Amino acid sequence: MVEVKTEILSKYKAKVFKSRKDHILEVDSSKAQEIAANTRAIPGIMTNRGCCYAGCKGVVLGPLKDTLVLTHGPIGCGFYSWGTRRNKARPDENGENFVQYCFSTDMQEPDIVFGGDKKLRKALQEAYEIFHPKRIMICSTCPVGLIGDDIHAVAAWAEKEFNITCVAFSCEGYKGVSQSAGHHIANNGLMKRIIGTDDREVEGKYKINLLGEYNIGGDGWETERILKKVGYKVVAIFTGDGALADIARSHKADLNLVQCHRSINYVAEMMRDAFGTNWLKVNFIGLKATADTLRNIATFFGDSSLMDRTEEVIEEEMAAIAGDVAYFKNRLEGRKAAIFVGGSRSHHYQELLRDFGVTTVLAGYEFAHRDDYEGRRVIPNLKEDADSKNIENLVMSKDMRYRAFLSPERAAELKEKIGLENYEGLITDMPDGTFVVDDLNHYETEAFIELLKPDIFFSGIKDKYVIQKGGVLSRQLHSYDYSGPYSGFKGSLIFGRDLTMGLYAPAWKLVSPPWAQKNEKLSQDGLLREDSDA
Amino acid sequence: MRQVAIYGKGGIGKSTTTQNLNAGLGEMGKKIMIVGCDPKADSTRLILGGLAQETVLDTLREEGDDIDLDQVMREGFSKIRCVESGGPEPGVGCAGRGIITSIGLLERLGAYTEDLDYVFYDVLGDVVCGGFAMPIREGKAREIYIVCSGEMMALYAANNISKGIRKYANTGGVRLGGLICNSRNVDGEAELVSSVAKELGTQMIYFVPRDNMVQRAEIHKQTVIQFDPESNQAKEYRNLAQKIDDNDMFVIPTPLTQERLENILMEHGIL
Repeated sequence: MVEVKTEILSKYKAKVFKSRKDHILEVDSSKAQEIAANTRAIPGIMTNRGCCYAGCKGVVLGPLKDTLVLTHGPIGCGFYSWGTRRNKARPDENGENFVQYCFSTDMQEPDIVFGGDKKLRKALQEAYEIFHPKRIMICSTCPVGLIGDDIHAVAAWAEKEFNITCVAFSCEGYKGVSQSAGHHIANNGLMKRIIGTDDREVEGKYKINLLGEYNIGGDGWETERILKKVGYKVVAIFTGDGALADIARSHKADLNLVQCHRSINYVAEMMRDAFGTNWLKVNFIGLKATADTLRNIATFFGDSSLMDRTEEVIEEEMAAIAGDVAYFKNRLEGRKAAIFVGGSRSHHYQELLRDFGVTTVLAGYEFAHRDDYEGRRVIPNLKEDADSKNIENLVMSKDMRYRAFLSPERAAELKEKIGLENYEGLITDMPDGTFVVDDLNHYETEAFIELLKPDIFFSGIKDKYVIQKGGVLSRQLHSYDYSGPYSGFKGSLIFGRDLTMGLYAPAWKLVSPPWAQKNEKLSQDGLLREDSDA
Repeated sequence: MRQVAIYGKGGIGKSTTTQNLNAGLGEMGKKIMIVGCDPKADSTRLILGGLAQETVLDTLREEGDDIDLDQVMREGFSKIRCVESGGPEPGVGCAGRGIITSIGLLERLGAYTEDLDYVFYDVLGDVVCGGFAMPIREGKAREIYIVCSGEMMALYAANNISKGIRKYANTGGVRLGGLICNSRNVDGEAELVSSVAKELGTQMIYFVPRDNMVQRAEIHKQTVIQFDPESNQAKEYRNLAQKIDDNDMFVIPTPLTQERLENILMEHGIL
């Protein structure tokens, strides 16, 4: 199988070859494997990556429902980041929900020449007068950074003028090498300005935050349903169907659950350092994964009644879906999948696929860092480069409100037992002989499909139709193709159903053109029939 | 139509030299338009007699794109047409982008008429970014003159500007017409500027002596030729105008290395 990598790289010129060879690896558990990640994409290569602004506005801040997110820039940046992420939200008790809106300052040429800060002030004024938001987040686009509009001064002005919370994010699209830089900038802003700003006590036992759950297709709601059923008090969700009002009190929680490691691990680490909040890597995608996650959380709290309740819930939920799961497993077992998504899903979904007997032969991330592939133990060895140094790295000191939930002995024990504050990465979870690829591009996608012949390729809108025109089913794991939720117990069934429908769709029989078919002809209804004349 | 851009270190006297030189060309009967490319919008003050000028970009901001040429163009001494690009106040926005926008707008408004003999661009300071190079990009200005003196920093700037010209020489077809020495009464100034010019592959096209007449005329918001037509300095500017009108030496400059430039300065006793 070594030939697969050689074959794919053979099409590259020397310079590209040199760069790409370190981004592709065949899993071999007998040795410590290293992958190149979070480096600049090569000009001319069709990468699937997004920009820093997309990571900050689109991923982390966009899903907040009680927050008006204003894009300061030309209209395209706002428009094309409007409603594309499918992060669902229900209005809060005040009826507030800004998620469906798109706000932009619509910068024009005179604003570039004379500075856009005046228009930004005007936009804030208008937004305030029409919507009366309590919170406004300003996201910067490329030209704003180039001409140097002082958005932070304008945000400070707005806070005074309207008596609101207004935070500006210098997340110009050109920063960093991908949207990952934007996640970090958003994390920093939340930590500096929001988390810990409301000290009112939160009622309830087993208080947790859910980090890195963006409620795509309603995932967060299914996860929250299960957590509540077990008996947890969810203080804040970062940020799907989330509210800054809750995030302001999130330091009151005892444990941070980290679903998407890449986009939110900064907040988890900073809250641990400042407030003592422990964090736990979780995965609510997959049946076994969800059950394991629930058991780990219960173990953290160490309460036997909680552990009993956890087992009860798992048993009840599993029993309710067992028949359907068996049916879909029967239809899907033995298939091969490839997954290429952002920075965490390519790992999470392997567990769900495994529940249905589907093996993953290729997995990759668009914008992950080496720790997402190789585990957090590589973090001390990560080399900073010009691109990563350009992004502020906050070092937190202990806050006055710092409190340790666990004794040092218990913390050490849990690090061993449930992997507290650790993430082992994608590679350790993949069988030998499978492939891991960082920043997969369109050429490599087509080449891998030809060589590995997956039955299904999970990706996004940028390559879905190229793949399907090649005769292979492709499902979007960014938007769930307008379906979902896929998380937790109930979501797993929807996933199984969608996958079965996709693979068994009669359309695939039409992939071969009529002139390449023998003894078959297209009938009036478009379906293939055996040629009755033969 | 000859399109000429004047560059040089800040404060070296670009605007003063350009306007006095244009007064000379105007006297010769040439039809001229001056485009001021400085956000301060003070490139046409002497020709217009201090008349406050609405800038192209101000008009764009206030009126939208629906503007007429006569709102931004005024005629001054010798019927010289004057336009100021304008731009943001210091510290905000993008003045470079302003120049790009402004020149594009002037073209669409039909400012570049067939009857013009000369269009002069008076450009702020050094070539600091793409916008300030706009007059020499895309074949706008075809010939460049650099105003300098025998002072070290002025010559550094001249060498840097030559690098900018060289960059655009192949794509935009721009050429260097020469260095104009605006004397600061430095020792051996003419020889020094001449030898730097020679190294750059060009010429010192004229040596303008220092004369307080220039300052007196400026206080009266006039060019020397208008203020005191009989003065010696008026004659000097007429000579400069004639030199430029007769010039046929247009080169792609060969910028000096830092080391070579310093050597020349050393040879002439500056360093």
